[in-house]
Amino acid sequence: MSREFPFAKPVWPVQVPAPLPARSAGIYYDTSWSRSKLANCTRSAFVDNVLRPAIHLIARPSIEGVEALNLLEPPAIFVANHSSHLDTPLMLSVLPKRFREKVAVAAAADYFFDRTWKAHLFSLALAAIPVERKRPDRTSARLAVSLIEDGWNLVIFPEGGRSPDGWMQEIRGGAAYMAEHTGRPLVPVHVDGTYAIMPKGGTKLRPGSTRVTFGRPISHTAGENAHRIGKQIYDEFARLADESSSDWWTATKRAAAGTSPSPRGPEAAAWLRAWNLPSGSGDGASSRLARRRSSFEP
Amino acid sequence: MSPRPGYVLEVDRSTPPVLFWNGEGYLLEKLPPERSRIIYPPDPLHPLEDPIAKIRHALDHPMGDSQPLKTLLRSDMRLTIAFDDVSLPLPAMQAPDARQLVIEQLLELAAEAGVEDVILLAALSLHRRMTEMELRHALGNRVYNAFEPHGLLLQHDAEDPDGLILLGTTDHGEEVEINRRAATSDLLVYVNINLVPMDGGHKSVATGLASYRSVRHHHNAHTMTHSRSFMDMDHSELHSANWRMGRLIRESGVKVFQIETTLNTNAFPSQFSFLQRREWEWTPRDRAGFFASSKALTLMGDRARRALFHSIKAPMQLTSVQAGEVEAVHESTLTHVYRQQLVHVDGQTDILTMGLPYISPYNVNSIMNPILVACLGLGYLFNMYRGKPLVREGGVVIMRHPTPLAFNTAHHPSYIDFFEEVLADTTDPGQISKYEEAYANDPWYIQLYRTGHAYHGVHPFYMWYWCAHALEHLSSVIVIGGDRRAVKRLGFRPASTLDDALEMAEDSVGSQPTITHIRVPPLMMAEVS
Repeated sequence: MSREFPFAKPVWPVQVPAPLPARSAGIYYDTSWSRSKLANCTRSAFVDNVLRPAIHLIARPSIEGVEALNLLEPPAIFVANHSSHLDTPLMLSVLPKRFREKVAVAAAADYFFDRTWKAHLFSLALAAIPVERKRPDRTSARLAVSLIEDGWNLVIFPEGGRSPDGWMQEIRGGAAYMAEHTGRPLVPVHVDGTYAIMPKGGTKLRPGSTRVTFGRPISHTAGENAHRIGKQIYDEFARLADESSSDWWTATKRAAAGTSPSPRGPEAAAWLRAWNLPSGSGDGASSRLARRRSSFEP
Repeated sequence: MSPRPGYVLEVDRSTPPVLFWNGEGYLLEKLPPERSRIIYPPDPLHPLEDPIAKIRHALDHPMGDSQPLKTLLRSDMRLTIAFDDVSLPLPAMQAPDARQLVIEQLLELAAEAGVEDVILLAALSLHRRMTEMELRHALGNRVYNAFEPHGLLLQHDAEDPDGLILLGTTDHGEEVEINRRAATSDLLVYVNINLVPMDGGHKSVATGLASYRSVRHHHNAHTMTHSRSFMDMDHSELHSANWRMGRLIRESGVKVFQIETTLNTNAFPSQFSFLQRREWEWTPRDRAGFFASSKALTLMGDRARRALFHSIKAPMQLTSVQAGEVEAVHESTLTHVYRQQLVHVDGQTDILTMGLPYISPYNVNSIMNPILVACLGLGYLFNMYRGKPLVREGGVVIMRHPTPLAFNTAHHPSYIDFFEEVLADTTDPGQISKYEEAYANDPWYIQLYRTGHAYHGVHPFYMWYWCAHALEHLSSVIVIGGDRRAVKRLGFRPASTLDDALEMAEDSVGSQPTITHIRVPPLMMAEVS
């Protein structure tokens, strides 16, 4: 039987403002309760006493560039690449306390909020807020903007989902939209190594080491062109990815020359893309790095 | 919170298929993305909380220079209460009908004033006589049982030489001949249901209670091509003529107390509520209802399907009541009609698509024959605009309707001859008038009109005149799913599917044309900028 309308649920037209029906899951799930003092205290206790130790055990993160955050006043928007379910707990574990104690995470509405129990769980454990990722929708972006204006830091994965092969995907406009509308700084964060520990579709944890590199905060004025902000995010990610697999100075020189390797990887067959993954993203074979450079350095 | 206004949806690839009526059925059609739009009518307005109190208030506080009804009633007077016929509202509304609500209040006031001589008069014009069931539904059993057995419930007879009176001729040479009883009463109260902006005003009496001799002056091709549209009073020659006649009636000494009512657009009961809900808002129940009902309808025979649809009573409710002097009342009424029906639309389109439902004003409890199909699409729906037509000049209208080659011989006898004789000769509204007199004066048709339940012999001509503006404006009319012989006789082009129709339309409007679909019923009127 066909699964098109009327057998399937109709798609709500993008141009029609969606109502806010009383629904217990999905994009309209009301997360305000999870930002109450009681819920926040509970979450802090969980993150500090359960999540961080567990992450340090499983992912052994090394952290670079976090000192730049000392110059930054919250709230800020942390923008990270996304290749594993570990990315969110890892991010929450490595953020300095003054950011971590009041941080929300943008999470896919169709994945983390599609069931009421999941919505309750992730709201409480991660201060997750639902984000629509299957179609253009400003509802969740508006919610995020209001949270930032209310002093909450935000972690967002601008690719809209986990990478299927470890390479970065296209960056969507949500983060830039939020920055544009709040005037708050964006902090690109490059996470490397989580794909090897738990890739998309993987069911087993393979403990390993990870590297989290905080980039330079991107400051701008409220109302600045979102497209330009998006370009800055991408360039910084390219630099951070390069730094992750080389060193800061090399990556900085390449960035200045505009010759940073693309964080989205080569346009090549699937096996070639897998073969050329940076060291931490694959199975940890250090020889990959050299191969990748030799093949794709301009 | 006020009900949502109408909405113009730009179709993209994710837009769900849109509902197309298809006579006594419906289906979903996918419109081409990026160049199509769908116009949805506004949501039904909130009804009056206490309609009886509102009616009483309107009668006690009339508009214009009219006195409160109580002061106009006296025991020795001749009182005639005329009311709209079975063509309104569509579909018939759930009891109590608006006419019943108003007329019961009128009669209570008349009874308090001791008025003895009261006649109820159905304003048929040249429409068919109402059946007992229809009258009972419109007036309620209480009123029907009190008046009909005593010969006090009449139906206007436009061919009764003794029942008509010539009041004069307007400065445009239009003879004004109306019902004698109404014209010679001390007070004529007209109870109207204003479903579309064309209804009401002076048209109620000047057309509803007139003879053929009078009606022919504005029901003709010339008037209709100069009415753009006849739903927009300020640009309608049809209304100009009726207003001239109405003013002559008033100057002749006929005292008219006009009561106009407006209804919301709750056109379908809850089991069919998906029919007026926007597709993307369909609940699982709506989808199941659509699927089950559309499948069931395909399994039913024509008669059963027709009986089912015509048994639907709409849960419409009153949104306003105005009473008093005709013009003041009608001006107020129109604001309520527009509040319910108007949708603002940017610009015209190359192709206008519409799914035609099972009912029009002239086939209540009857068959929608090919001529009525044309009239509903090109007469009514095409003309539901203010400003400019939705479709550009030289554009195409695509209608979906089975257009059965079938006629109700009791209701539409002259339609059959019109179809076989007149349309076989010409479909030009300007040319068909050469046949008009013969049909209008045919003694057999007159007999059927006066004693049976037949529309007047001239009525199919009027249906075709109703299409005159559209036929002049459009380059082509395509009917999807219609009987091919019937469609071709109408001068239209038959198509099997929407895709075929759109491809055929490109012959007239070029490739990649813009498309606008009007999602009616419920009714809506486009204000095209």
